[in-house]
Amino acid sequence: MGFFLETLIGGLMAGMLYALVALGFVLIFKASGVFNFAQGAMVLFAALAMARFAEWIPGWFGLEGSYLGTAAAFVVAGALMFVVAWLIERLVLRHLVNQEGATLLMATLGIAYVLEGIGSTMFGSSIYTIDVGMPKDPVFLFEGIFPGGLLINKEDFIAALIAAVLVGLLTLFFQKTTTGRALRAVADDHQAAQSIGIPLNRIWVIVWCVAGLVALVAGVIWGSKLGVQFSLSTVALRALPVVILGGLTSVPGAIIGGLIIGVGEKLSEVYLGPMVGGGIEIWFAYVLALVVLLFRPQGLFGEKIIDRV
Amino acid sequence: MNLRKLVVTASLGAIALSALATVPAAAQQAKEQYFPVLVYRTGAYAPNGAPWANGYVDYLKLINAQGGINGVKLSFEECETGYATDRGVECYERLKGKNGGATTFQPLSTGITFALTEKAPKDKIPLITAGYGRSESSNGAVFTWNFPLLGTYWVGADVAIQYVAKQEGGVDKLKGKKIALVYHDSPYGKEPIPVLEELGKKHGFEVQLLPVAHPGVEQKATWLQIRQSRPDYVLLWGWGVMNLTALREAQATGYPRTKMLGIWWAGAEPDVRDVGEGAKGYSALTLQHGAEHNSKIVKDVLATLHAKGEGTGPKEEVGEVLYMRGLISSMLAVEGVRKAQERYGKGKVMTGEQVRWGLEHLDLDQKTLDAMGFAGVMRPVQTSCLDHMGSSWVRIQTWNGKKWEFLSPDWYQADDKTLRPMVMLASGKYAEEKKLSPRTPEECNK
Repeated sequence: MGFFLETLIGGLMAGMLYALVALGFVLIFKASGVFNFAQGAMVLFAALAMARFAEWIPGWFGLEGSYLGTAAAFVVAGALMFVVAWLIERLVLRHLVNQEGATLLMATLGIAYVLEGIGSTMFGSSIYTIDVGMPKDPVFLFEGIFPGGLLINKEDFIAALIAAVLVGLLTLFFQKTTTGRALRAVADDHQAAQSIGIPLNRIWVIVWCVAGLVALVAGVIWGSKLGVQFSLSTVALRALPVVILGGLTSVPGAIIGGLIIGVGEKLSEVYLGPMVGGGIEIWFAYVLALVVLLFRPQGLFGEKIIDRV
Repeated sequence: MNLRKLVVTASLGAIALSALATVPAAAQQAKEQYFPVLVYRTGAYAPNGAPWANGYVDYLKLINAQGGINGVKLSFEECETGYATDRGVECYERLKGKNGGATTFQPLSTGITFALTEKAPKDKIPLITAGYGRSESSNGAVFTWNFPLLGTYWVGADVAIQYVAKQEGGVDKLKGKKIALVYHDSPYGKEPIPVLEELGKKHGFEVQLLPVAHPGVEQKATWLQIRQSRPDYVLLWGWGVMNLTALREAQATGYPRTKMLGIWWAGAEPDVRDVGEGAKGYSALTLQHGAEHNSKIVKDVLATLHAKGEGTGPKEEVGEVLYMRGLISSMLAVEGVRKAQERYGKGKVMTGEQVRWGLEHLDLDQKTLDAMGFAGVMRPVQTSCLDHMGSSWVRIQTWNGKKWEFLSPDWYQADDKTLRPMVMLASGKYAEEKKLSPRTPEECNK
């Protein structure tokens, strides 16, 4: 029982981190109808910027050993992500207004390669460290009830909490603010939104900025866990089944989807894996998502789209 | 002279001039021994691929700075594989015939090695896979163009068990123990399994197999299984970010790092540096060498190349584990050419076939290695037509939280009694599948 609970909790916490990356997909899709294939590359780029600025800024301003340097690096990396968002809108999206979804998807694929290339050219391709003081050692609870205790990874726990707070803030932003409502209007219909005076270009810059900020938080958390290196961009692949399952247009869907995928893949690896030779968690997540698609093509929480023919 | 005549005359003149210009270049090209360098400086495995490539290229530059191989200068060209088999094969096809033909290929990938093993015999180009590739390819009678010099994964698996037995107080103490293998789910990661299972049967220990999907950034479920099954030792057969993640998860699940032993591809600075104190006590096999900052060869590279701004990569990484692996891999290829020149003519450019002869007659004794600057770095390597490995010496290094160090002066050597029958069986099966006639000792002497 103790082991099952550990796997379940581990899956839930991993799922929260997947949800954080999935949020980036959802935000941009919700506001612009673009499936942003560059989300993983944005996570990598943001993490690289954060890691290198955290290394450089304390040296430039004599802030070695101080968390002020890390905080400054976060701000500068955030600003850089805003610049990236502005450039993407200015150089790519502005020219593709009202184009087919497939065209926009291919454009984001291009953005992904450009970001990966520029990221490694500007910041290097070694493994870099992000130290935001996350605890690395585990804690064991209920040792009296379960032999060996119930393992909780403190780092994952804190990361899941941060992700949950961010998700909560974004939900409020979308539901309660004027800008949030404008974003949703743009997502529903570009032309209709423009006709009532919503500035499409400004909205796109805002949403890419928010997605850049989410990528930065995800990059800091994942980078702190894994070290900052190229594989961070593959973290997006872990979030794909989450958005398939949760629905591309739903923030709560990203969270629930993340939790289901996280728990599903861990339990499947632990309990089904040994029967088939192991190493199944990556593809099992996709199987889970595809099964959902069979019954709900729009995902668990996605909007059902009905087109007149 | 009308316009037509003028154009024809000018064209003929241009052709003649360009021919004059290219003849010396071609002649010069033929005087250079060409080394294609398959690298991965980008992608998920770049942090490990780049230092290897830097060491490889620096050694070639060093030889050039010292006058080449008996006067023959070396030329080289990098091709980016990204550790992907298809791109590796593409690089091979593109470079194999350039500049008079490739001397050797060293793909630094077991997947690419598997693919090129079929191609190398047709193109007559030796394939050096120092410390990786197909383990049974040490049998030169069947794998006539493969050279897994210094050691194979089967050597690694056998020595890993010898080390565990030593820690436990003897081979007899292995009975009833559980040893988990956390491996990269790829041809590379699967290589040690037959040896571990064979040794498990022989000594009575249980082997728990735990594959990790590429690139290995998600291992929570794997380490929860380890926490549940509580193996006595964990062998780590990872590459790149997988090693780092494994050590982080071991820390996060409380598995003692002192009970973890990695293969030589899981024992470099990029694997542990970021984990720092969290990886303290973790040990890894070495392909003879460790980090060799104080060796003469490293001092030579620094003085000859990096001091003049002609080195490859960051100066501070010269002498690190993977840099040394690349440098030694390069040295082995160079020595193959040097040996071939002894037979086919000093100062001449060698063909792939001649280099193969050289690689089959490597005789790097300790005196020679010491003179070359490898004192304390390597032990002798002696190959033959039938033995393409040449050496199976291994040491164990341990991460002290800041750097790798050798806690014990012990050298281990693979148990030939166990491995030889396995090599013969597997290579015989390969020969049968591919309808190959193994070379006899008589054929070798031709």
